[in-house]
Amino acid sequence: MGATFRLAWRNLWRNPRRTALTMCAIAFGAVLLIFSIGLQLGQYDMMIGSNVRIYQGLLQIQHLGYLTDPKIRSSIPNILALTQQVRDRTGLKNISARANGFALVSSAKRTYATAVVGVESAHEQRVSTLPGLVKQGRFFSADNANEVVIGAALAKNLQVALGDELTLLGSARDGAVAAAVLPVVGIFESGNVDLDRSMIQIPIATFQDVFDMEGHGHSIVIFEEDFKKAALFKSQVIQALGTQAELVVLTWDQLQPGLKEMIDLDYSAGWFMYIVLVAIITFSILNTFLMSVLERTREFGIMLALGYKPFNIGRLVMLEALILTLFALAIGIAIGVAINAYFYHYGLTFQGMEEMAKIYNLPASIKPQMSVNAILSGPALILAFTSIAALYPAMRIRLLSPVEAMRKI
Amino acid sequence: MHAVVSCKNVKKVYKQGAIEVIALADADLTVDEGDFVCLSGPSGSGKTTLLNIIGGLDTPTAGEIIVADNRLHTMSKSQLAEMRLHHIGFVFQAYNLIPVLTALENVEMVMQMQGVAKHERAQRARQVLKEVGLEGLENRKPPELSGGQQQRVAVARAIVSNPKLVLADEPTANLDSKTAENLIDLMRHMNTEHGVTFVISTHDPRVMHHAKRNLSMVDGRIVA
Ligand SMILES: Nc1ncnc2c1ncn2[C@@H]1O[C@H](COP(=O)(O)OP(=O)(O)OP(=O)(O)O)[C@@H](O)[C@H]1O
Ligand SMILES: [Mg+2]
Repeated sequence: MGATFRLAWRNLWRNPRRTALTMCAIAFGAVLLIFSIGLQLGQYDMMIGSNVRIYQGLLQIQHLGYLTDPKIRSSIPNILALTQQVRDRTGLKNISARANGFALVSSAKRTYATAVVGVESAHEQRVSTLPGLVKQGRFFSADNANEVVIGAALAKNLQVALGDELTLLGSARDGAVAAAVLPVVGIFESGNVDLDRSMIQIPIATFQDVFDMEGHGHSIVIFEEDFKKAALFKSQVIQALGTQAELVVLTWDQLQPGLKEMIDLDYSAGWFMYIVLVAIITFSILNTFLMSVLERTREFGIMLALGYKPFNIGRLVMLEALILTLFALAIGIAIGVAINAYFYHYGLTFQGMEEMAKIYNLPASIKPQMSVNAILSGPALILAFTSIAALYPAMRIRLLSPVEAMRKI
Repeated sequence: MHAVVSCKNVKKVYKQGAIEVIALADADLTVDEGDFVCLSGPSGSGKTTLLNIIGGLDTPTAGEIIVADNRLHTMSKSQLAEMRLHHIGFVFQAYNLIPVLTALENVEMVMQMQGVAKHERAQRARQVLKEVGLEGLENRKPPELSGGQQQRVAVARAIVSNPKLVLADEPTANLDSKTAENLIDLMRHMNTEHGVTFVISTHDPRVMHHAKRNLSMVDGRIVA
């Protein structure tokens, strides 16, 4: 093996310029893939992160079936006590109860249909960034306060300002009419169009009172920063719940299957592009491999005459390709990691990204993901393709007869 | 004496479209152990074809060839490769060597394929290179050696693992007459000192002069 490796290594540097160029192509491909994949995954992380952070939470405890059919009657009894139980038993701090309903919301001038959410005044800011995004006024003073906080876009649509009263008209848990008149104490502006335009929040006790919930609520929201550990937190929460057959614990991707699907689809599309790119690089490399084999036909003829088997020579050629590829990939990975590390540190901003960021409520700069997967999956794809490419010239050697090979110069 | 090579009625026909070229027509040849045979004859008479077939590089159209007790005409390609590796040394007209390997490594490579231990390999290669007069040039690569020196490395490689037979197809054709003479002297020396059996094809009268046995080929037949 030592001697074969030495021969392969020297053969590589017979034509240093060609080898260097081929390595550059491979290394360049690796850098490109590492950068693109890192950025793509980083962007997904950001979308998931901000989605989890702004309102939805990492996990939610809900009544079975509430996710697909959010009826006001699919509720969790004694929700505040249960929430406290989960807090106590898991030791997790960022947990808050919510109750959800719908109402026609009227100002003096206009009426809109919106979602109405009852939140725990003391805990909501632990699971959602919305309370912190109240740009005018304040968040709730107490769980039973007669107050409402609304989104900026809705406030504009309703033409209300702080202190103006809103009339809520909906249907309560038992089907009776739910009605309330509440003053606007805060206006939040999240940048998320949906939230800003079509949701109002009220304190949870007030909600339970207005919608006749009898202590029920609809979701217990749990937030943790590291969404990759969702499954771990989920098992903790399930344990803390005990046997509650009618309750389910849902992770962020179950809560928002659309986001997950969108990401998966986008990632597949990305990979299609990467495969095309790698295929193009591979074809140019294949040409080089082939040339380097064809120009050594006579030499291979000599080796065959001496008793080498086509398999030995094929293995030599494969080894050359492998050394070249791994060498180039090592360089590519080093450069790629350096570039991604730089942008991980300083962030990357595109033209027009601020507007995009606003719509999707993303930070104004992207950080590439720095995971093993993000860094190595591109190079692995290149390695797979170039190995297949190297197989072809290696296989051609099987067809070589020593006499014919030696006739060539 | 024991015959290293025994060819009977060996025929080789090349088909080029509709035309058949008869390269060998019922060639008979016996080479005994320790012989030093010179094969001459006009261009196209079949010298290379015969050497290739004896060396197991090519297969005959008909006839039987026994080399070192191997019935070549019955063997598969990979059996032939194995036979060449262990029993036959080759010296060709030119470009015999692997250009990226040093003289020493070129001599070692066959032994490496044979599975000879690294230490023994190097020792034997050095010794043979010394014997062919290349002491001190072990670490030069072929482009840094003269044509004559390159052919000496090729001879060293051919004999290093004590093959039953060394086949040399016009080994001196690319050398000037002095260098050619030296190379033949060297091969003859290996023949007398180590009993290596040689079959050499050539146009060169000086080469024929050194042979124990001179054979001529005409139109694919051995005539004398
Ligand atoms: N692959 C081949 N295809 C067709 N004809 C061939 C082939 N190889 C050899 N021949 C023919 O076979 C005959 C013998 O060729 P060979 O090379 O053995 O002659 P040679 O005696 O070695 O000649 P030279 O002295 O020129 O080397 C020639 O007529 C040659 O043209
Ligand atoms: Mg010839």
